[in-house]
Amino acid sequence: MAKKVLKEHIINKDWCKGCGICVFFCPKNVLELDKEGKVFASRPKDCICCKQCELMCPDFAIEIEVQ
Amino acid sequence: MAFKDYIRERFFPHIWCPGCGHGMVLKGMLKAVEKLGIDKNNIVMVSGIGCSARITGYVDFHTLHTIHGRALAFATGVKISRPELCLIVPMGDGDALAIGGNHFIHACRRNIDITAVIMNNRIYGMTGGQYSPLSGIGKYASTAPYSTIENKFDIVKLAETAGASFVARTTTYHIREMIDILCMAISNKGFSVVEIFSQCPTYFGRKNELKTPTDMLNYFKDNTTPIGSKVKEANPELIERGVFINSSMPEYCEEYDKIVAKAKKNTEV
Amino acid sequence: MKRNVKFVQGNEACVEGALYAGLDFFAGYPITPSTEIAEHLSERLPIKGGKFIQMEDEIASMCAIIGASLTGKKVMTATSGPGFSLKQEALGYAIMAEIPCVIVNVQRGGPSTGNPTHVSQGDVNQARWGSHGDYAIVVMTASTIQDVFEVTIRAFNIAETYRTPVILLFDEIIGHMREKLILPEPGEIPLVERMRTSVKSGVDYHPYLPREDGRLPMSDFGGKHRYNVTGLFHDMWGFPSTKPEIVHGLLRHLNDKIINYAESICMYKEFELEDAEIIFISYGASARTVLHTVKNRRKAGEKVGFIELQTLWPFPYNIIRRKCANARHVIVVEMNMGQLTRTVKNAVEDHRKVFLMNRIDGLLITVSDIRNILRMLQGKGV
Repeated sequence: MAKKVLKEHIINKDWCKGCGICVFFCPKNVLELDKEGKVFASRPKDCICCKQCELMCPDFAIEIEVQ
Repeated sequence: MAFKDYIRERFFPHIWCPGCGHGMVLKGMLKAVEKLGIDKNNIVMVSGIGCSARITGYVDFHTLHTIHGRALAFATGVKISRPELCLIVPMGDGDALAIGGNHFIHACRRNIDITAVIMNNRIYGMTGGQYSPLSGIGKYASTAPYSTIENKFDIVKLAETAGASFVARTTTYHIREMIDILCMAISNKGFSVVEIFSQCPTYFGRKNELKTPTDMLNYFKDNTTPIGSKVKEANPELIERGVFINSSMPEYCEEYDKIVAKAKKNTEV
Repeated sequence: MKRNVKFVQGNEACVEGALYAGLDFFAGYPITPSTEIAEHLSERLPIKGGKFIQMEDEIASMCAIIGASLTGKKVMTATSGPGFSLKQEALGYAIMAEIPCVIVNVQRGGPSTGNPTHVSQGDVNQARWGSHGDYAIVVMTASTIQDVFEVTIRAFNIAETYRTPVILLFDEIIGHMREKLILPEPGEIPLVERMRTSVKSGVDYHPYLPREDGRLPMSDFGGKHRYNVTGLFHDMWGFPSTKPEIVHGLLRHLNDKIINYAESICMYKEFELEDAEIIFISYGASARTVLHTVKNRRKAGEKVGFIELQTLWPFPYNIIRRKCANARHVIVVEMNMGQLTRTVKNAVEDHRKVFLMNRIDGLLITVSDIRNILRMLQGKGV
């Protein structure tokens, strides 16, 4: 099976509460919290599309779209 | 159907605190329903009172938000009346096992086809962090400022002894396992109990040296182990996860159908 | 035509009435003196394809009938004093969520375990005010076995019409006494079926948006509309709300939908009121003694009359005020410390003419009990 390639991190900032679960459990250290405490993808190139963040986010605030 | 089609989006963001495990349980449930491909119109979700109970507001099923501890009794009435419907009853640990303890053991005993999901965060969150029957000894809570002295229930053993035909335990950290277990539980024809350790960083964590959601998730990772693993021999304190009971037993509604047949036959004579 | 006549207990007449009304689901828990209702329904319901379940307690029984009612079934539970106390929280839920259901309370002596095998009418005010918060409720009773049957059918009709719990407040004597019951043919007594919504699938359905007349067309759980039901104050979709206008509107609706129809809900019987100087007001088992006494006193030429209440709540204030306007004395006969007497005092123009004649010892009020108070009021001495 072809390796998944990231298209985009779809982040719903209105729903994100900045708990940091996605940041902590990302195996490639792709995500960070911004000044307002909301998540953003600071190193999207490193993303391996494992979707751990999408699965664990308690707030349904992050989705991984693959190409 | 995308699993987001199962939520009532207009009520998001949900009311739970940052990092609360209940959102993860909600996601696990929806993923399980999506995987099983159950029609939204065939699912009735019944909840009680507490943080856990607010889950029914967020799902696009037939939803019944009831009174504290009695969700299983309401669900029993729905199920017996419409046995073809799929009944899912998410409950908190206080909801299910303190005020609702009696209904819980009797629902197990009847083996009625309902899936009970106990979102165990070991605390009463909605009212501000009082200890629950699942807190265990030596924990701090807003009603246990000098620490708790009460033993906790073992939900798995309780459900097993009371007669549930499917009993499992998992955690929010192990969300993939949670989805698989929920699929099995919902598919089981009988009373299914799934205990899910769910983090309450706001009240349980803060008072018990697990200050962040990730601390709590790591606690679940470090303190649990799959059933029968070798690690448990070395460290007996570890709590086992997985499916403890998955057996085929007479289900209440099916047995009642036989009673109806018997009653009708008797009157014909 | 040969009538279908039975010789039955009040509790059995209640069962017959419920089945005639179309009962589909019963959940209960054994408690004296109501248990026969559960016993008979455990036998009768499955024959017609209905469901009976004995739950783990009275709370669970109340909850189970609410769940069953939501799926569109006609439901009932039966209990007595202590069990009725246990049901109060879930009863409040049924009021808030507007779930049609019938709750039978065959009264025994209280408080607490009290006097399980003896009669009392001590739950009259609990039936009205037992659950917390402001609400209106319908409470009905009967004094003969035939009336138990008919009032039970009416309870179902009112529950379905107004989407409300209806309480059947019988007592130990009525529950256990045997009398003739004439069973009508199907169709003789009209039955009310629940009003279902005509909103089509896929169209926005407002489960909690009452029509102008206060009625609320329903979609059954498991049907084409998915919606939320909660005991919290809720908007027209059934979702929790704390908006002041929504809280106010819902609380008004819950009360108005009953109170505005009080006159058509209330049932009573009257005897010899036209020229009555002394009017008795009673209900349930005590009404039997009153009726007997009034008939005998009339034969002796005494101007006495009688109102038998079959609906206790909503209380027929206007009716009682009108009927008692010309009476010199109003005597309320009941087996409690005057629970309805206080309400009658509020209803009549001059509360000083209202007296209580009661017994609270677990025994039925006798003819001589009533004769004694009559003689006193007539200035004949005791």
